[in-house]
Amino acid sequence: MNDTTEREQQLVDWLADMNEDDALSLARQMLLEDEKDPLRVMELCRMAMDIVGKRFEEGEYFLPELVLAGEMLESIGAIAKPLIKQVPGEVAKKLGRVLIGTVHGDLHDIGKNIVSFMLDINGFDVKDIGIDVPVKTFIQEIKDYQPDVVALSGFLTLAFESMKETIASFEHEDMRGKFKIMIGGGQIDETVRAYTGADAYGRNAVEAVNLCKNWLGAAA
Amino acid sequence: MSTESSAQASEAKAAYDARWQRILDCISLKQPDRMPVALYSTFWLAKYGGITHKQLMYDYETTKAIAERAVLEFDPDVISTLLLTVASGRCLEAIGFKQLQWPGHGVGENQPFQYLDREYMKADEYDEFLFDPTGFYLHTYLPRVAEAFEGFAELPHFAGLYYFGLVAGIRRFTRPAIRESFERIVKAAEESNRFIGHHVQFQARMASLGYPCTNGTTGVAPYDFIADYFRGATGMMKDIFRNKDKLLQLLDKVTILLLRHLIPNAKASGNPIVFIPVHWAPDAFMSAKHFETFWWPSFRKLMLALIDAGLVPMPLWESDCTKRLEVIKDVPVGKCIYWFERTDMVKAFEVLGDVVALRGNLSPSLLTTGTPKEVDAAVKHLVDHVWKPGGKLILDAAFGLPDETPVANVRAMFAAARKYAG
Repeated sequence: MNDTTEREQQLVDWLADMNEDDALSLARQMLLEDEKDPLRVMELCRMAMDIVGKRFEEGEYFLPELVLAGEMLESIGAIAKPLIKQVPGEVAKKLGRVLIGTVHGDLHDIGKNIVSFMLDINGFDVKDIGIDVPVKTFIQEIKDYQPDVVALSGFLTLAFESMKETIASFEHEDMRGKFKIMIGGGQIDETVRAYTGADAYGRNAVEAVNLCKNWLGAAA
Repeated sequence: MSTESSAQASEAKAAYDARWQRILDCISLKQPDRMPVALYSTFWLAKYGGITHKQLMYDYETTKAIAERAVLEFDPDVISTLLLTVASGRCLEAIGFKQLQWPGHGVGENQPFQYLDREYMKADEYDEFLFDPTGFYLHTYLPRVAEAFEGFAELPHFAGLYYFGLVAGIRRFTRPAIRESFERIVKAAEESNRFIGHHVQFQARMASLGYPCTNGTTGVAPYDFIADYFRGATGMMKDIFRNKDKLLQLLDKVTILLLRHLIPNAKASGNPIVFIPVHWAPDAFMSAKHFETFWWPSFRKLMLALIDAGLVPMPLWESDCTKRLEVIKDVPVGKCIYWFERTDMVKAFEVLGDVVALRGNLSPSLLTTGTPKEVDAAVKHLVDHVWKPGGKLILDAAFGLPDETPVANVRAMFAAARKYAG
């Protein structure tokens, strides 16, 4: 943070404080008028999101702040990304791969989408395979994507059985030990975790991020 | 009526009165003679009766028979609107309902219906809704949520229907889309009449057997009404920041609109309890500041108006609302039932025990994956820590019986209630 200029710090603060109008106007100015390095602007966004995540963990911020932060980042990303000049061979280092989907029978996606977004901005490669995902689709996607973590989402009580069935199928396919499994959703608790055989459950998006960071050896 | 049937009727009436008195006692914070237990089910009846979810939604007679069998087996103190809650399949189909997916319409025959969270009102439509709610419903909202109403998008603007404008303006009613809408709505309304007829008949049958219903009508919190049925979950979360003033204005307005139909409907039902499932109050969903700005004031106003009308609000506080307890305590004493889903009931009793009756809250994960012995222990825990210390508790599952609950666990729940609390 010591190398951050006053204007840069202003952008971080406005983003972290949910001051959308000012933050977007400043980011636009930096990118389009000042021709600031778009990667630097995205780095400032990530710094802001660290603060948002911390405030979430501390109980100051809740879902509306995460959703608005996501919107702000999407707006800035839409301007910044076309300006990023790809350097051949240079790929941003990611912390790991997470495959996420809502288990079969369940059509809910709000929680899953927020978890996907939080994992993404915290440096994970995330593949979201949608809602009502059949067991065989999970298997195929795991074979193709080779994730470090598989995240199963579900809001309804029917998801308990679907999660159990999905995880059991990983055993049958002899792939259970190749990745960690976390589950989450409205009714998920330790009883459900034990019932389904998942490695862990998260009560919210930040817990999901911390689970992944702990498993993959990154500082939580 | 024969002497025998007259005696049976009189016995059932006495049983009905005793059961209902337990609920009234709980509401007014008097100790009933035993802890009342509720039977609330949605699709669990399909498991109990050995039929598919689709059959439960479409076959009125079978659903009524299964529901009656369950009531007679478990002998609860109160029942939910067992038919009304699930048997809407024919109506949904007739109206071309777009906000739900149900068996045969987007989900399998053995899956529950599921709500489609979407923006049914766009962020830039606040002004239109605020200025002319009925016009917004007719031209925009209803065509978006139900196929039968799609033709209404072509309806004339009613303010133009005055003097000779009325004569010329009604020509639009000959348009094919509008005619088709009216025809389809009438057919859907006929099905709705049949559906509600079965519901009324079932409730009367239950009353004649001695079982009162837990609620006469169902309401909604103003914030949840806008979030769930208009703006969608994430749309509403963004509105807290982007459309704050308009959202507050709309919350005020819809509180009045909701009360205008809720109070007469509740009174017409003959049952004072108004069931209000609460979706967006949980601790995790918004900050205390946002809760006290956007969620609670309009809901409190709605509850106070219901109480003033002689009704009993029964909010079901979904998920965990532990951090809200001190705020939601601010209601008149002995006038409400607070049903908690995942909030620690012992904590709720400590904070609210001298203000409201309580309902709930056996955990869904326990009921679906636990053993009868574990269910027994969970009931005993609530009896020992809430009922016996003086809590006016109506025992129920967290949000009624989860659809997948093994029947043995339901038997354990009812048996434990009688074993430990009369």
